[in-house]
Amino acid sequence: MIPGPFSYHRPASVADAVKLLSKLGDEARPLAGGHSLVPMMKLRLATPEHLVDLHGIAGLKGIRRDGNKIVIGAMTTQHELLASDVIKTSLPILHETALLIADPQVRYRGTLGGNVANGDPGNDMPALMLVLGAVYRLEGPGGGRDIAASEFYQGAYFTALEPGEILTSISIPAVAAAHGYAYEKLKRKVGDYATAAAAVVLTMAGGKVATCAIGLTNLHETPLLATDAANAVIGTSLDAATLKKAAAAAVAIMSPAADARGPVEYRKHVGGIMVTRALQRAAARAS
Amino acid sequence: MAKTHVTMKVNGAEVEGLVEPRTLLVHFIRENLLLTGTHIGCETTHCGACTIDIDGMSVKSCTMFAVQAQGSDITTIEGVANADGSLSALQEGFRMMHGLQCGFCTPGMILRAQRLLKENPSPSEEEIRMGISGNFCRCTGYQNIVKAIQYAAAKINGVQFQEAAE
Repeated sequence: MIPGPFSYHRPASVADAVKLLSKLGDEARPLAGGHSLVPMMKLRLATPEHLVDLHGIAGLKGIRRDGNKIVIGAMTTQHELLASDVIKTSLPILHETALLIADPQVRYRGTLGGNVANGDPGNDMPALMLVLGAVYRLEGPGGGRDIAASEFYQGAYFTALEPGEILTSISIPAVAAAHGYAYEKLKRKVGDYATAAAAVVLTMAGGKVATCAIGLTNLHETPLLATDAANAVIGTSLDAATLKKAAAAAVAIMSPAADARGPVEYRKHVGGIMVTRALQRAAARAS
Repeated sequence: MAKTHVTMKVNGAEVEGLVEPRTLLVHFIRENLLLTGTHIGCETTHCGACTIDIDGMSVKSCTMFAVQAQGSDITTIEGVANADGSLSALQEGFRMMHGLQCGFCTPGMILRAQRLLKENPSPSEEEIRMGISGNFCRCTGYQNIVKAIQYAAAKINGVQFQEAAE
């Protein structure tokens, strides 16, 4: 399988990348890790005339603390996330989730920016970004702007990115040190996208849930924040009746596509189970 | 489509070639450099037969363009034997533990395992299995591949290889 012909561009700065993408218009695509786009090009499901490779831009990689936030460059790979002590200690849910993405080879190339900006409902990181209240930094022909992850996803492969804009970094506010977290992902095999997955970040106080956020992956055309489900567990000790109520509230907002991973009813059913398991595991981890 | 001149280091030697931007790295390695030990299996980034080592990363060379490898340092299966031509610890492990049947996945398995052992010289069985989870073998059921990697790890660490009880 050989992709259709294209022209290759390797700009050395964000400004040059934006200029190129603006000038070349709809026929150009930015190239990050390439592990979503290149397979699509080989299948000729994507036939861009120009690829603007972002690997030549210094400064799009790296993980740093900025006051109360952790800022991650868009071209930071999943492998680099896994190797980062800052991530392991401060945002362990990213570590847990990155390990569930694809396989080792793909994680050496696949980037956090590509994962969150592509708009693929099967990607795992967007639900975490909703749960963690992440903000995306976009640079475009009209300058830079910040947008909340919760405002970014509009539909399958449709995002708030305007023509010529690229994602340059992701900033995530610090999470309470004593928080509990879990990403529960049901998949058919290593490397697969989720049949259903749920991300939970919560804090406990006196044996009861004090704060909670729940995110859902591949259960709608966009990642979802299950707000009613999260509200249902706050103030409780996650007893069986509460877990059942929370799972039902989450299932109520799911509208997955039927595909090889199962019919709609099945995916919603296991989606509820992922929510239950993630809540239980997160609570056990909270101190 | 105009061709681009690329240079890179492959198995210690400087190489060059003219490629279209759409030329996949695996095609450049096999067809321009005539290093056919790197295999093409699924062509969809699943099977890992085309795994090579590039700048310290295990990469599926069917999912990267040759132009992107400009200036990089690559190792393929042709470059893993010891300098004197003897088998590397991993090659020896695959031979001694019968870590292959048809052999199609072996180059990718060995390149991946080599990087895994560089990053984690004493992996547990679980870490080995997760470490090669991007490489498919359709013959062996993986058991002997895991043993081959354990054999190599023991040899590299200078300890006696002990096969786990079945």
